[in-house]
Amino acid sequence: MEQKIRVLVAKPGLDGHDRGAKVLARAFMDAGMEVIYTGIRRTPEQIAEVAVQEDVDVVALSCLSGAHNTLFPKVVDLLRGKGADDILIMGGGVIPEDDISFLKQHGISEVFGPGTPLATCVNYIRSHVKKEA
Amino acid sequence: MFDKESVGRLKAARSKWQQGADKIPAGKTCKAYADCTTSSGIDVKLLYTPEDVGEMDYMRDLGFPGEYPYTRGSQATMYRGRLWTMRQYAGFATVEESNRRYKYLLNQGQTGLSIAFDLPTQLGMDADHPLSEGEVGKVGVSVSSLADLEVLFDGIPLDQVSTSMTINAPAAVLMAMYIALARRKGISADKLNGTIQNDVLKEYSARGTYIYPPAPSMRIINDIFAYCSKEVPNWNTISISGYHMREAGCTAVQEVAFTLADGIAYVEAAVKAGLDVDSFATRVSFFFNAHNNLLEEVAKFRAARRMWARIMKERFHAQNPKSLMLRFHTQTAGCTLTSQQPDNNVVRVTLQALAAVLGGTQSLHTNSRDEAVSLPSEDSVRIALRTQQIIGYESGVADTVDPLAGSYFVESMTDDIEEEALKYIAKIDELGGAVKAIERGFIQKEIQNSSYQYQLEIESGKKVIVGVNKFQIQDKPAKNLMRIDSALYEKRHKELAAMKGRRDATKVEAALAQVKAVAGSDANLMPAIIDAVDAYATLGEVCDVLRSVFGEYQPDASF
Repeated sequence: MEQKIRVLVAKPGLDGHDRGAKVLARAFMDAGMEVIYTGIRRTPEQIAEVAVQEDVDVVALSCLSGAHNTLFPKVVDLLRGKGADDILIMGGGVIPEDDISFLKQHGISEVFGPGTPLATCVNYIRSHVKKEA
Repeated sequence: MFDKESVGRLKAARSKWQQGADKIPAGKTCKAYADCTTSSGIDVKLLYTPEDVGEMDYMRDLGFPGEYPYTRGSQATMYRGRLWTMRQYAGFATVEESNRRYKYLLNQGQTGLSIAFDLPTQLGMDADHPLSEGEVGKVGVSVSSLADLEVLFDGIPLDQVSTSMTINAPAAVLMAMYIALARRKGISADKLNGTIQNDVLKEYSARGTYIYPPAPSMRIINDIFAYCSKEVPNWNTISISGYHMREAGCTAVQEVAFTLADGIAYVEAAVKAGLDVDSFATRVSFFFNAHNNLLEEVAKFRAARRMWARIMKERFHAQNPKSLMLRFHTQTAGCTLTSQQPDNNVVRVTLQALAAVLGGTQSLHTNSRDEAVSLPSEDSVRIALRTQQIIGYESGVADTVDPLAGSYFVESMTDDIEEEALKYIAKIDELGGAVKAIERGFIQKEIQNSSYQYQLEIESGKKVIVGVNKFQIQDKPAKNLMRIDSALYEKRHKELAAMKGRRDATKVEAALAQVKAVAGSDANLMPAIIDAVDAYATLGEVCDVLRSVFGEYQPDASF
């Protein structure tokens, strides 16, 4: 039997806008993935810890306050520091185009902006995470 | 509204018309575009006639503007007397830069200020708190002490502007700073006009900037009500907000229901704490969203006014007409802004603003076209303000009060929204009121279900969003976006350290000890908090003292 893809949907930083995060969490679940949602206002440290503890394949970060350039790379560094090199880290939120290349250079594999179809995010995960049978 | 006999004749004629026009799609089916239901799932019929409002009694259900049940408006002359307050929510980066933006907006003809605070401020943390890194000045201005507020309002006459502050969990502290600032400028508190949002219930259910658990939060709110009713009588002590629940994805009906349910909870708590209902209910205000469905939104505002009047009269036996009157601020729906083809947002905002005006709003914020990707640029803010001015000065819709009244459709929709919202309020009453409903996750779950549904409808194409799932083009990346310098965190660190060096540390310590003592008693917190901030105790220091007494709210993270 194929193992399910495990996704951590996480809200680093202080903003409480988690409509998008919750909608995505549900979409991932409906797509057959196992989903954990951190809740709002998590520190990068908390997120990295949960990701490792829960042995997730994907961390999906959401930030709508503009603090993404500070927070997303921190999560990446913490995860890499814990030896979790194989976790796919993606991001989304209110993120200007100019910041996307910066985030990608800092280990965010893809950034999804407002209006991205759910299917795009689901397919991205499916094509980038290969679960062994 | 219409006598039975004429409605009967009409019914027969209408049936005949409908048979003759059997190609006309009835009910939900709509050939031209995907969907003919409103955001609340109310089916919109092809045609509305007097049949749909046959039961309506003009004096009972509509009345005159400025009179019970206020369906037609909260003031008699509405915009003929004075246009709504054009109030753009603004604030970013430093107090100096925000002060310049406020003066710019006032010079452009804006008539009231609306202060956006950054997230650390909204969470009762100072700018030098470790968690503030990356967040300082991002979604609003960073204020950590009275010293910051002094600069923020430099050159702005506090007795001549009305100031709305979007501050909730730490509302008492910011209110205290504003009162202390006015005192220093020689302005007595009874000359102050403005609003604090101070609506913590919707923070738990939608917006997220809560600090303390519900019970102490409600106590702080009651203290603000009691203090301000005597000392700051022209201040709106709460702005009960549906806006953020709508942004989080609920429907128009849910927005009305959950907002009024929160309102009921605040009034009940204050009455239980011994306040006379008319001593504070006159200063209760509301804040709604203006979303895409123009006529549903207009009906929503009218329904909300009528419902609140009835609730206050029948449930709380308020006597003062002002206690019955739902006065509200509106903001256009941020969640409808698209990053794709952002100029289209100007059109969306225009329609939403029109709904707010046709619905009789007292004040209005129009969003800027670039807000799906960043803080708005000055050009975009000016277009947003001009949108209001064009509606107010050119369109003619402000000339007569409640111009859509009597529309068979709008009246029928107003009734439908009231009926459906009352069902929700009954359900929340069954659960023990809004506080209990939130603690049990009921309201959060309802909002989440609606938002997921909405997204699925966009995915399936049932709901069309122009430029997003239809009529797309290849967008060029947005240019000239407003950016906030991340070095602000270090700058604010230094400023705070310098300020702390200047203040009288013994005085601060004593004042904070007094806040702690009062927090543990039944006495009103406001005087002690005013003394503390007046001695330059910081926002974070005051909130930490309260955290030590009240604890912090721990939500569950379901989705």
